[in-house]
Amino acid sequence: MSLDLIEHLKQMLSAPGLSGYEDPVREIIAEAWKPYTDEITVSNLGSLHGLAKGSAPEPRPRVMLAAHMDAIGLMVTGIDDGFLRFTQVGGVDPRILPGQMVIVHGRQDLPGMVVMPPAFALPPEAASGSVALPYLLVDTGLRAEEVAQKVRVGDVISFAQEPLELAGGTIAGHTLDNRVSVAAVTVCLEALSKRKHAWDVIAAATAQEEVGAIAAFTDPVAIRPDFAIVIDVTFAKGPGGSGWRDYELGKGITICWGANQHPWLFEEITRLADQLDIPYKKDLAPGMSGTDAYGIQVAESGIPVVELGIPLRYMHTPVEQVALKDIFRAGRLMAEFITELPIDFMSKVEWK
Amino acid sequence: MAVKTNTRPQNLKMKKADLDLLARLCNAVSVSGDEQEVRDIVLEQVKPLADSVTVDALGNVLATKLGKGKNKVRVMIAAHMDEIGFMLIKDEGDGIFEFRVVGGIDERQLVGKSVWVGREHVPGIIGAKAIHMTTPEERKVALKVEQLRIDLGPDGSSKAKIGDRGTFATKLQVIGPSIRSKALDDRLGVFNLIQLLKTAPDNIDLLAAFTVQEEVGLRGAHVAAYTFDPQIGIALDSTPANDLPFYDTGEVNASYNTRLDGGPAIYLMDGATIGDRRLISWLTAVAEAEGIPWQYRQPGRGGTDAGSIHKTRSGVPSVSVSVPQRYLHSAAGLVRMDDCVNTLRLIQQALIRLDPKILNRQEK
Repeated sequence: MSLDLIEHLKQMLSAPGLSGYEDPVREIIAEAWKPYTDEITVSNLGSLHGLAKGSAPEPRPRVMLAAHMDAIGLMVTGIDDGFLRFTQVGGVDPRILPGQMVIVHGRQDLPGMVVMPPAFALPPEAASGSVALPYLLVDTGLRAEEVAQKVRVGDVISFAQEPLELAGGTIAGHTLDNRVSVAAVTVCLEALSKRKHAWDVIAAATAQEEVGAIAAFTDPVAIRPDFAIVIDVTFAKGPGGSGWRDYELGKGITICWGANQHPWLFEEITRLADQLDIPYKKDLAPGMSGTDAYGIQVAESGIPVVELGIPLRYMHTPVEQVALKDIFRAGRLMAEFITELPIDFMSKVEWK
Repeated sequence: MAVKTNTRPQNLKMKKADLDLLARLCNAVSVSGDEQEVRDIVLEQVKPLADSVTVDALGNVLATKLGKGKNKVRVMIAAHMDEIGFMLIKDEGDGIFEFRVVGGIDERQLVGKSVWVGREHVPGIIGAKAIHMTTPEERKVALKVEQLRIDLGPDGSSKAKIGDRGTFATKLQVIGPSIRSKALDDRLGVFNLIQLLKTAPDNIDLLAAFTVQEEVGLRGAHVAAYTFDPQIGIALDSTPANDLPFYDTGEVNASYNTRLDGGPAIYLMDGATIGDRRLISWLTAVAEAEGIPWQYRQPGRGGTDAGSIHKTRSGVPSVSVSVPQRYLHSAAGLVRMDDCVNTLRLIQQALIRLDPKILNRQEK
């Protein structure tokens, strides 16, 4: 079965799945991974694990592929005359919210819109400049009585921006962070399903990354990998870019270099990328990675991590943008790396 | 006078064909100065309905539906075809464009949105710096248009050019009792004016002006009124419903301007026009007689095409009637279908009952 990447992405990008509420997107990913895996399970915290068995005799070494599937979003904190007050789930810059279309997951899914009350309805200190999150409201277009029946405190709110195909082979929408990486894992699994690989591969669409890489600490304990490949988005050059840690959109993936990533694995995978002519940049993470690598590295008695990045513009806005090419590159590099893994790969680890 | 508010929902429905036409009008990109997309729809709709249809020097569509007999009143009704939006001003390469706003847009509404650029509706986005790269202090400062870019994708410079105009990429959606869309200001007026041409009574000459450039200074209506030389002017527009709760104070919102479900908003006075008292009385009397809910728009700032019409030639008694709308001039506004239907009903009924004698000076 060949993979329609854009269709797969659009399905994921149109599905809700906030941190802790990943069920809808998890079902879509499980469906996509089913043809390429031997066994699919769900972890205690809600991550999806897909096992593609290796060809070596048991016990086989195991590699974990980790891409988080959870989305940032909002949660209802109160209802005021039919308008919803809310807080954030994950990191949301309140400046992107006014005029933003959302879906309120109440007793049924309700289209809504984040609105900024007029200045006279706000305390003077909140009325000018960017309006802080506690003062913003969601309007569902329903009258107050109907809202009272359909919405409760604690209901989650997703962004409603539909995925867009933009010029130059890019895609834009919400939650490309990090569903493009899940798509790269799918690309990898599809490639592996047609080729021989000695190692067991456990693909993990992890839960609750956006609220502290929660499942990254717990998933490896269930999976028990020999090493892990984390794949997440990184910062792309463009408007709002931050300078030194930006990588050109569509011009290659990144391979992360910092304290959370194993130096020998970095060397091994960059060597392969060079051989295969897969363009990449060294993504510099002087401190912590801010990704699942942070959790996985210290799971059990420690797990070596290699981390790939897909450059993305406008991170944590509903119009994140990624080049499709980079998704394929990440998927291909993982697949090539895994097919070439010898059984005794981990015994070769060198500290130098 | 006390503000009349009738917030009992009637749950009136619009026909599917009508909603389809309204959606076509609202989903068009028709920024002040380039109203072609809406003008094409208007021409297609009004040609079979009117006795004469012309496009004037500024691009207004002027449609005349003549009545019969003597004592006909020449009534000009204006609805503007243009909307607020953007213009691309600098091509920075790779599909990245600097832009400026056209009309009154609060710059805080811009960031994080998808947009349509040009007649082909090329999709684009207005992104923001990643939150990870911002400081809490920075997040308190609103982003200015000069800091933002429209991004059409790396190949996008071949799909648009500077000078092209764009809008928020929001499609009309019916949500429960409401309609949510961009450009309801003033496609609702355009839609209603098309309907009025279908039902114009014989006691009037209906002079329908589908105007351009309202959002940049009521400019189309100025010349349309000169051409039509009407006895009465009516602007059909949309006005803010600022009927949102106060934050945590328990205060009653007394500055709401209008309220959703309150019915058509009749203007007493705005920043551009003092509504003609005879026309206000005429409209409110008809609403009362017909049991149509209505409200006064709270006197205040702002303006409609009436601001131009009433000052044309030797002066034209004029009034504005608006559909109350939340969140005008943003990615989407929100109106109640009840208010849309009741606004059209009010004008239809008022025209049938229009007696030229109302213009006699008799009020005290």
